[in-house]
Amino acid sequence: MHALVIDDSRAMRRIVGGILKGLGYTVTEAGHGREALDVLVATTAAGGAVPDLACVDWNMPVMDGLEFVTAVRAQPAWRSMTMMMVTTESEHAQVVRALAAGAHEYMIKPFTPDAFADKLSLLGLVPQGEPA
Amino acid sequence: MSTASTASTLSPSGFDFVRALVHRESAIVLAPGKEYLVEARLSPLARSRGLRDVQALVEAVRSSPDVESTQLIVEALTTNETSWFRDGDPFTGMVQVVLPSLLAARTPAEPLRIWSAACSSGQEPYTIAMLLKDALPGAGERVRISASDISREMVERTRGGRFSQMEVNRGLPAPLLVRHLTRAGNDWQVNPDLRRMVTAFECNLVGTLPRTGPFDVVFLRNVLIYFDIPTKRSILARVRALMRPDGWLFLGAAESTLGVDDAWERVPVGRSSAYRPTRPNRGA
Repeated sequence: MHALVIDDSRAMRRIVGGILKGLGYTVTEAGHGREALDVLVATTAAGGAVPDLACVDWNMPVMDGLEFVTAVRAQPAWRSMTMMMVTTESEHAQVVRALAAGAHEYMIKPFTPDAFADKLSLLGLVPQGEPA
Repeated sequence: MSTASTASTLSPSGFDFVRALVHRESAIVLAPGKEYLVEARLSPLARSRGLRDVQALVEAVRSSPDVESTQLIVEALTTNETSWFRDGDPFTGMVQVVLPSLLAARTPAEPLRIWSAACSSGQEPYTIAMLLKDALPGAGERVRISASDISREMVERTRGGRFSQMEVNRGLPAPLLVRHLTRAGNDWQVNPDLRRMVTAFECNLVGTLPRTGPFDVVFLRNVLIYFDIPTKRSILARVRALMRPDGWLFLGAAESTLGVDDAWERVPVGRSSAYRPTRPNRGA
């Protein structure tokens, strides 16, 4: 399994990436939505498979998480990638907005590794044989 | 559960006292080696009384027992971790297998009664409520969910239907979060239509069981593991007496009626399994 971790905070990328690696994922990091789109474009151009999962922060420079999710949803070749917002934005209306834009799940910071694994389990994205 | 960070202050006789107290009051068995659990769960209670540690708390209660302290100790040691859609398969099975079977067997006017028998802070009964609300038109009027727990605090939490941000992060799918809960200050609260489906009350499974049945479905998950075999047998027989003859019982993934009470048939329910009475229990 392959995950794209998109966050402008290096510390948060390390935390999320660490949890995912512990669950058996390989992880690619991006510091904002534009950089993540570049990864997807390059992967697709090289004939590779898009990541199984994208963990997407909301507030980032250059291109924020909502713009990224919207851009991915507009591209049929990337539809197989599950997108989970991972953000401090915690209002009801924001969760609704992110889901309407195409995010599949929503994780509000702070969270525990167990809660993170629970969400992946709901999405059917815990690699077989790994502890949930 | 972490054991590393808790330095034990509890003497062997103090642990034995707590074990005996919890067994007497709730029939729950605290196995030797669970000193860390007692230490971790009772530390907040000791601190709240200005006592230096758990040993001091135990000594105080041993020298002058009182009902409130006993209740608080039992509650602290019987409150279990919970999450939304915990081990999700039984919930999927309830909607995909159990619900159609019940609807075929009941008239539209008959209520569907469900009992969440160790509901902790309420995630299980509200998980059931939101799934049935989404799957069954008119569920708000027809489905009655009884939610019980041994702990008064947990029953009050269930009634309020309020959950912290950390709690809603635990296994609640975001689409269900925004459909069935709204923000309430820093917390989230289950919407009134679901709260009206759930009636919460205190119930010690070794004591008097609820009179809100007969139940079509009982969720008795991850609670029998705490009891010895004779107590498990007694609970299962008395639960059976409260169920419709064609009812369904869900136990925890590590639990079974096998070798405990032979009046149940295990049946596959989707990727999970449930137990159905093979004969009614009229004697309980």
